[in-house]
Amino acid sequence: MVAYTIDITCQKIDITINNSHLLEAENMALVKININDKDEQIDVPEETHLLWAIREHLGLTGTKFSCGIGACGACTVHIDGVATRSCITPISAVTDGQKITTIEGLSSDNSHPLQEAWIEAQVPQCGYCQSGQIMHAAGLLNENSKPSKQEIVKHMSANLCRCGTYMRIAKAVEIAATSDEK
Amino acid sequence: MQSSTTPLKPDVSRREFLKTSGGVALMITGTGLMPLSSVTSNANAATATSQNAITAWVELLKDGSLTIYSPATEMGQGSMSALPIIFAEEMDADWDKVTVKFAPQQPEVYGRPLFRGVSQMTFGSTGVMSYFPLLRQAGAQARYILLASVAKHLSVDSSELTTSPNKVIHASTGREFDYGDIVSFLDVPNVIPTIPDDQLKNPEDFRLIGKNLPRVDIPQKVNGTAQFAIDVRLPNMLYGMVERGRVHGAKPTLKNESAITSMDGVVGVYRLEHGVAVLAETMGSVFPAKHKLDIEWSDSKPTGFNSADAFALYEKILDGNDVPENIDGVESSKVLIDDGDLETTKANAAKTYRIDYKNDYVYHAQQEPLNSVVQVSADLSSAEVWIGTQNGTGAQEDIAKALGIAASKVTIHQQYLGGGFGRRTLSDYGVEAALLAKEVAPRPVKLTWSREDDLHYGMYRPATLQRMEAYTDEAGNLTGFSHIVVGDGERLIADGTDIHGYNVPNHKAEMHIVPHGIRVKHWRAVGHGTNKFAIECMIDEIAADQNIDPVEYRKRLLEPRALATLEKVASMANWGETLPEGRAQGVAFLERSNTLSSGICEISFDKDSGKIKVHHFWSAHDAGIVIQPDSVLAQIEGGVVMGLSSALDEQITIVNGEVQQSNFNDYPIIRMHELPESIETEILKSSAPPAGLGESSTPLVACAIANAFFTLTGKHLRHLPFTPDRVKQALST
Repeated sequence: MVAYTIDITCQKIDITINNSHLLEAENMALVKININDKDEQIDVPEETHLLWAIREHLGLTGTKFSCGIGACGACTVHIDGVATRSCITPISAVTDGQKITTIEGLSSDNSHPLQEAWIEAQVPQCGYCQSGQIMHAAGLLNENSKPSKQEIVKHMSANLCRCGTYMRIAKAVEIAATSDEK
Repeated sequence: MQSSTTPLKPDVSRREFLKTSGGVALMITGTGLMPLSSVTSNANAATATSQNAITAWVELLKDGSLTIYSPATEMGQGSMSALPIIFAEEMDADWDKVTVKFAPQQPEVYGRPLFRGVSQMTFGSTGVMSYFPLLRQAGAQARYILLASVAKHLSVDSSELTTSPNKVIHASTGREFDYGDIVSFLDVPNVIPTIPDDQLKNPEDFRLIGKNLPRVDIPQKVNGTAQFAIDVRLPNMLYGMVERGRVHGAKPTLKNESAITSMDGVVGVYRLEHGVAVLAETMGSVFPAKHKLDIEWSDSKPTGFNSADAFALYEKILDGNDVPENIDGVESSKVLIDDGDLETTKANAAKTYRIDYKNDYVYHAQQEPLNSVVQVSADLSSAEVWIGTQNGTGAQEDIAKALGIAASKVTIHQQYLGGGFGRRTLSDYGVEAALLAKEVAPRPVKLTWSREDDLHYGMYRPATLQRMEAYTDEAGNLTGFSHIVVGDGERLIADGTDIHGYNVPNHKAEMHIVPHGIRVKHWRAVGHGTNKFAIECMIDEIAADQNIDPVEYRKRLLEPRALATLEKVASMANWGETLPEGRAQGVAFLERSNTLSSGICEISFDKDSGKIKVHHFWSAHDAGIVIQPDSVLAQIEGGVVMGLSSALDEQITIVNGEVQQSNFNDYPIIRMHELPESIETEILKSSAPPAGLGESSTPLVACAIANAFFTLTGKHLRHLPFTPDRVKQALST
């Protein structure tokens, strides 16, 4: 059963946030989640969004709050490897068996190919959106390890960067996607 | 090298204040040396040292590692790397052994002369340009102390010694001392001289400045560990949000206090002058409580104001027979520039051009919503503040005033800024948190603005009307022009009316201030974004009327350094060559923070949708000596992207005083798929002092697009932003 699908129609792009991998919310106050390969229990109201559980209850603050409506992608995490906007995902929609990965779980030492590429291309400016950008890019590489430039641009257009680092983001995703060819 | 944002810990016992001389103080600790610059008296230095353990530029440890303090804030512009690099260059430090930390808020130690005093504020692309001489001197003095210490230790003259990175070398005996080794016999001269300019490094010998060193903050920004104020979590912390008036300045009356206070997790409801605050135990409980607030709002200044109608008022001010000062709504008028003799120029003109340009309000949209964490002590006598601010000293003063305590009792813990763009020189979001923290002291309060709060209660780049009147002689030469800008925001709209870089002998700029009660603020490049738009489009319109190519026309007017940027960009863009059908190029030039910039864009547009597509953007800049070339390219690229976004789409509209947009769904920021196919940038080699570059490219974009559109269609885009509707409207004229 699909919990919900959200279509955010911005003036400039239709973003479909696919939440079909999430199940119908159940009433619960003590939530068990697996995050970055660790089992956690948190006591939160069931309507609490995953973002706040991650940031304020678990202290994993690399995942950012920016728009709260799923339009910018700063809050992107993975649920079972799928890039998901945690600011519009109720904690109750995440089920026991599902694995959540945040930027902190990508690697502890900047050794993930995307992190290496991000440093090589000197992508971040203010850096606030970059956890979300990297997690969104990682979601792409999970689905398609060799994306074309067009596929990168299409996919990454879902995430906003006010500093305008887009050219370097695209370059870094390309670098990461070809890192095993080096 | 690495970076750290750990708050500085006082450790007074290991410090000894020694002396000052010629504006320089020096402190020695058990762990190393710390020259102090900008200290004007013993008293100031003593005050400074009593406030923080480390109040100087560098700390040197016995293992040779160094900590260099960066006086500016880091919001993506790269100052946290560029400024310490300048210091390390002159100190001849090994950059790999350098850790960078934010300096505390002590303008008397870490500020640079600006305006009427010293300031640590980060604004106007002034970081590198204003700190360059100061940090070179401070670095050279640190090196001087090391050399003098080794000279005394070896009983040789300092002139026999040289340095290589982190080493002092006595060539004739082959002896070498790592900087760390010197700590044990460091001997500080009684007088630390000002190092004369000719004894500073020859720029040709720079090994850090002008090279591409990886930015120190980037490793933390790819793994989530970079700490922004919104990431600060303290034990027993409460979460706060404020509902503010959709009409700026409106006063609230809360209708359902008991319904809110009885909600799960809610700790209290507090009335602020401009809003109602809720404090709750969790972020999950503060959001619903805020949404449930039932508030009646008073009328205020913007009530009844429609941004679309502002231009009619502005036109009335300029068209009327009455003097503007007598027209209702005009607060004041001011002549900003009056060079040459415009009256005579006008009287003698072979031709007069009169053109109006307009722009709507735009929003900063920095991606980290405003927030701060404040803890007030139980006795209400002091406060600690975690905040991302462009103006730490201002935050300290404003918060102290709000709490009724001395500024020295407010400690600012500077955090990374998730974007600034001018919004964060005012710390109203710190003051709000402080007022709430006082209510629940000593519990800390994290105050978070939602995106809607940040947008609705934003401080926008003001809407303006520019009336340009230009005069040419028989040969078509521009002999002078008048520029009158009307709008709200005083300095915000005066900025950028200058014509630095151009040689136009007669030039007058005036402004009429019309307050609407809408909150307005500096927005990247401030008035340059709008005033340069008017100037640069006017030049193209004159050139076209005179049948002269716009690049050629500007060549007649530009001073040599400015001209070099134009010639460079024309060559990069192959200006003048035949383009594919439906394409055209447009050019613009401007000066911002001493950087001279020329840009060219290539556009096409879709007749049916009215959508403009920018295919390429080229720019060339003379910014003097550049510290971090790749960081500069990043600023230019990002600035172009922000320029595109604001020129094509961004628009705040106000109806009956209420801002109509709410979030990124209806205030669209440019996305990756809308980028040009290329953004190419050249930085001209220069030995001039560094200029500011962070805002240089943004204002080029709108001018270049409008000029390209004019070339392509013969139609004018004279009102920012160039939304599809406005493009279609222009085509139908």
